[in-house]
Amino acid sequence: MAHKTQVSPVWRLLTVATASALVALLALAFILWQQLSVPALPTLDSPQTVVNSTLVERGAYLALAGNCAGCHSARGGQPYAGGRAIPTPFGTVFAGNLTPDAESGLGRWSAEAFWRAMHHGQSRDGRLLVPAFPYDSYTRISRTDSDALYAYLGSLPAVSQANRPHALRWPYNTQFALATWRTLYFEPQAFTTDASQSAEWNRGAYLVRGLGHCAACHSARDALGGPAGDLAGGRLPQPAWLAPSLRAESEAGVQHWDIARTVELLQRGTTTGASVMGPMAEVVFESTQHLSAADLRAMALYLQALAPQPVAQPVFEAAGGEQLALGEKVYGQSCADCHGQQGEGAPGAYPALAGNRTVTQAQAGNTVLAVLGGGFAPATAGNPQPYGMAPYRTLLTDAEIAAVVTHLRQSWGNRASVVRPQDVQRLR
Amino acid sequence: MWLSATAVHATDAPAHAVPNNMAQRMMACTLCHGAEGRATASGYFPRIAGKPAGYLYNQLTHFRDGRRQNPSMTNLVDHLSDAYLRDIAQHFAAIDLPYPPPQTTRVPPEMQARAEALVREGDPARKLPACVACHGERLTGMNPAVPGLLGLPRDYLIGQLGGWQTGLRHALEPDCMGQVAKALSAEDVGALATWLSAQALPANTRPAPPSANPLPLRCGSAVR
Repeated sequence: MAHKTQVSPVWRLLTVATASALVALLALAFILWQQLSVPALPTLDSPQTVVNSTLVERGAYLALAGNCAGCHSARGGQPYAGGRAIPTPFGTVFAGNLTPDAESGLGRWSAEAFWRAMHHGQSRDGRLLVPAFPYDSYTRISRTDSDALYAYLGSLPAVSQANRPHALRWPYNTQFALATWRTLYFEPQAFTTDASQSAEWNRGAYLVRGLGHCAACHSARDALGGPAGDLAGGRLPQPAWLAPSLRAESEAGVQHWDIARTVELLQRGTTTGASVMGPMAEVVFESTQHLSAADLRAMALYLQALAPQPVAQPVFEAAGGEQLALGEKVYGQSCADCHGQQGEGAPGAYPALAGNRTVTQAQAGNTVLAVLGGGFAPATAGNPQPYGMAPYRTLLTDAEIAAVVTHLRQSWGNRASVVRPQDVQRLR
Repeated sequence: MWLSATAVHATDAPAHAVPNNMAQRMMACTLCHGAEGRATASGYFPRIAGKPAGYLYNQLTHFRDGRRQNPSMTNLVDHLSDAYLRDIAQHFAAIDLPYPPPQTTRVPPEMQARAEALVREGDPARKLPACVACHGERLTGMNPAVPGLLGLPRDYLIGQLGGWQTGLRHALEPDCMGQVAKALSAEDVGALATWLSAQALPANTRPAPPSANPLPLRCGSAVR
């Protein structure tokens, strides 16, 4: 005898769940498909001929503000011809050729295509660009500024140098991965003026958040490369410099600084009680020293007004007597001649280490890297013959460097955590 | 609260003064290259005192621009201007100091013969000019940009010739020394480095004046 089949409640629940999952998958597929459906833009028959010298001049200045040459020039290579390797947690990205060469550069790109790359992060041929090109910052650049940059790049000598393919690991080397990243984290947006703030603050915001792409280093990223924090500090790969927080008084926040002091740091590379080092020395040398006093003031004002966000400090624990004794000995032999017996520094030459925020910040990595590699402050117009520090990489052992950095972190009123030899070894 | 206290502490501490001169600025160099650039007994870091200014300037830009590979040197010169690199080169070029005795004390006879032939005569069959043709009769270099070859550690000389052979070290194109090094055999490199590092310095250790005759090879570095 036939009977009507009964659908069990469990089966019904499963059906509903499967259907919902399918709908969600289809929606996701549709979103990704949309991300990936970018039309190619037409090529120019012949490279642009630059006529507007004012626009070119403006573009040259903006290229300095964005430090485009910093990534788009290889060491010793032709400026803007690309080829520099940019290490990322997902593999190595090679910057592209921005010169107006028709085959290997931007010679056949229209101003529209350039704008789309800056604002939307999409290449002329429709490919999605990797966000190592910081279009999550550049998306805020105005069309006028984009056109000026385009005109300037078009005025450069064309260099025939083919772009080197990125060496990213699977799946990060796929357009699918980029579409996912964009879906999660990226929305093209125009810079919006905050009417409640001054014109100077707005100019600063435009530079810091746009061309200056400060967030590329000073904001952390999560495991998938999405933003994790806003100018509250980040870590660079290889070598592992910490880009200190621009919101914390214990790191590189300037909320309590005079505007003039921040301006001087960005212009000269040194100011009272502070100097730039590592990747920030490159930024000052290549970029900020060339900016107008008005633009630097605007940036300083904006940075000063950033909402503070303290960094949690680990519970203080004093180092062992043996380590402190070794650190004191190394300090006396190798450091005191320049930095002073009490870590007081020599104004204009060597930074004070007492009360130095790089020395006392929660993570000691930057101080260890400074001892290992040494270096000069950048040679700027305001400080053309900087003083320097020798690299101690081959001259001191891991234990000696750990001890001397611990000594710095726990002397003259400094109260920061102990550094162990293995912390030094990791940074060699 | 505590942080602002230390910030005040830092500015209140009596600052100590350092000399405002190039010698003080160059402390970053002399820790490895020896006081005033006279080299150390470590056996690797080369003497830089008294080298031709053009040569030193070229090396500084080579490190900055990736033609020579040494991470410490590159890190030091990375954010320095051409003008400052010239000042640095002139500072060390102007230092005239006596040389210590050679570090290498014994040269086997077969090395001696091989090295002296290359130094004085070269090897026309391999298009190798004599070392003295560019580096000066006294091998103390030639202004403005050819370095002296004496008073250098053997390991450093082997390292440099080997660097050219393997493409790690370059000069400006045309890279004449690269051509020479690539034409040398392993035995040549060993003999030259041993012999050169064993020679006592002549009474006049300064680089020879610029040559009136063209150099035997075209050298991109010589024109700077």
